[in-house]
Amino acid sequence: MMEMTVSLLPLTFLLPLAGTLLLAFSAGRLGERGAVWIGTGSVGLAALVTALVGADFALGNAGPQTLTLYTWIAVGEFAPSIGLRLDALSLTMLSVITGVGFLIHWFAGWYMRGEEGITRFYAYMNLFVFSMILLVLGDNLLLLFLGWEGVGLCSYLLIGYYYQNAANGAAAMKAFIVTRIGDVFLAVGLFLLFTQFGTLDIAELVTRATQAWSAGEPLAQLAALLILGGALGKSAQLPLHTWLADAMAGPTPVSALIHAATMVTAGVYLIARMHGIFELAPAVLYLVGMIGAVTLLMAGFAALAQTDIKRVLAYSTMSQIGYMFLALGVGAYSAGVFHLVTHAFFKALLFLAAGAVIVCCRHEQDIRRLGGLRRRLPLAYLSFVVGGAALAALPLVTAGFYSKDEILWQALAAEQQGLLIAGLLGSLLTGLYTLRLIVGIFHGEPKSKAAENAQPGRGPQHSVPLLVLAVLSTLLGAWLRPDLSAVFPAAPGADAHAGHTAVQLIASATAIIGILLGAWLFLTQGPKLARLAAEGAGAFFWRWWHRAFGFDGLYDRVLVRPFLGLVQSLRRDWLDAFCGLAGQLALVLHAGLSRSQNGQLRHYAIATVVGATLMVVILARA
Amino acid sequence: MSGIPMEHGLMVASALFAIGLAGLMVRRNLMFVLMSLEIMLNAAGLAFIVASTAWAEPHGQVMYLMVITLAAAEASVGLALVLQIYRHFRSLDVDAVSQLRG
Repeated sequence: MMEMTVSLLPLTFLLPLAGTLLLAFSAGRLGERGAVWIGTGSVGLAALVTALVGADFALGNAGPQTLTLYTWIAVGEFAPSIGLRLDALSLTMLSVITGVGFLIHWFAGWYMRGEEGITRFYAYMNLFVFSMILLVLGDNLLLLFLGWEGVGLCSYLLIGYYYQNAANGAAAMKAFIVTRIGDVFLAVGLFLLFTQFGTLDIAELVTRATQAWSAGEPLAQLAALLILGGALGKSAQLPLHTWLADAMAGPTPVSALIHAATMVTAGVYLIARMHGIFELAPAVLYLVGMIGAVTLLMAGFAALAQTDIKRVLAYSTMSQIGYMFLALGVGAYSAGVFHLVTHAFFKALLFLAAGAVIVCCRHEQDIRRLGGLRRRLPLAYLSFVVGGAALAALPLVTAGFYSKDEILWQALAAEQQGLLIAGLLGSLLTGLYTLRLIVGIFHGEPKSKAAENAQPGRGPQHSVPLLVLAVLSTLLGAWLRPDLSAVFPAAPGADAHAGHTAVQLIASATAIIGILLGAWLFLTQGPKLARLAAEGAGAFFWRWWHRAFGFDGLYDRVLVRPFLGLVQSLRRDWLDAFCGLAGQLALVLHAGLSRSQNGQLRHYAIATVVGATLMVVILARA
Repeated sequence: MSGIPMEHGLMVASALFAIGLAGLMVRRNLMFVLMSLEIMLNAAGLAFIVASTAWAEPHGQVMYLMVITLAAAEASVGLALVLQIYRHFRSLDVDAVSQLRG
């Protein structure tokens, strides 16, 4: 029995792949219902298989193991396999991808109703799930990299899903290119590790690295730094974070699945999976924590000044992934992955609820033009309140509280007070922007026709995914905490307890202060705030935060425009002109010779006679 | 037969060839163009016969058999094309049928 369920593991990615192929080759013959059924069903079945394998794993029937399907490439020493690594970490990720992914696919059936090209949508979504599962199950870095690039491709395809609008295409290109910069670092990191150790098998690699390198070895630092570069791009952390806010151009279920719950957390997974290498490079690990702290603060401030629902959520995603990086940076990998799981629940919930609001208000997603939807859209309101409470880490009753509290406590236990303070400040900001979002959408008076005439969504496709995710965002979700002690080394605060209660109290107090302050500010002080943001220093900060500290403008000026200028100046160089000469000559000859081909049969006959006569004359004279 | 000198026979053949060639170059009607071609082929055939008789060589007569076979094949293909062109353009004017130009 045990052998059987584990051998089902390949089905988790083969089913979504089959779904993709079926949808892609149906060429639109399936219709909307068929596409939704196949797209959702394949991920649902994958979730079922995951549940079976997970149950066996939890009951101890199946231990951590590697399932080698076949050898992918065999070139001398280099023989990466298609091998699946089953352990607590990969199973946790797999559960999130298939479980949350299934709920999002289900909801998407409601969200995308009547949209053009729904078959294409589900084909891309299934391809994404396939790639993401390969990424987390791959037992070697090459297979992981295949999945890594696959999810990047699907992200690109889905951001540009509404391709008729050029801005969406630009956003997709931006996401693709910025993450590609990180991927180049990751690829170089893989080359480095392969030349050093001659293998890409993760377990083997980490064993050999710990034997060959001592802590702080320059090569270990370099390898860790390169891997970190890849993780920064994928997880939208400073300085490669600029793509995520623009990525909101895609359909909202895409934002929920790819740009909140799964793909953007791949960087966290990568660092957690490669923690053996990072342990050998303490300075880089410290940098991971610092980047996380800076990103969580920066994104928190930026989220305060956004007017688009989805952009608020995008910056909050960056901020929450900042917390995960902070946890990784202090060596609390388990806490980081725990926050990844709870974040997947509540952020998917928030995005789906945002999607519900957007559809019900006929694609109005500007906070300034919504408002007063509390009574019209009770389910979306409930989802936003539960998800927002989890995001703001409301003490005791929400899943977000337990994971975030764990991170802050581990930061203190690792004696990184700076990171702890950044985390606390971030949680204050989280409360503020969450309340701003909820008050802006659901309280006050409707500020546009679309908000006045909002029609609530109906049917189980709309309500069940929201309700399930809402339940998972509460205390119940925190009970699903995976036991990762077998995968990671002990966290800094594993044995100590001094100050844990104090941190919990301070974290709770900060979260509650943030929420109350937000409620007071945005419920009662709205006009004053608007005046503050409109003039003087307030206007300066508003604009600065609204543009997320101006990184886009900076990159545009420093990188994009000089590059485009260089391209322009190289457009017409002498070598190019010389090569173009052949083409010019061909054109001239063509113009001359094509004139002789006039289609007049008699002219051809005369030309033949003249030619023959000339030849006879020449031959006779010779 | 032997009374006619070879030069006379060849002159007749050359005259026929020249008439055919002129017809080919000046005629507009495709039927006449084909007929000019036939005349030119027959001129060549006549030259072969005259030469083979004068030199008592059978090869020239063999060549003539080949020329009339070729002429038959050419006429069948040519007439089929003329028929199709007439159906398509309702005209046999070669100047009008000049779509095939660069």
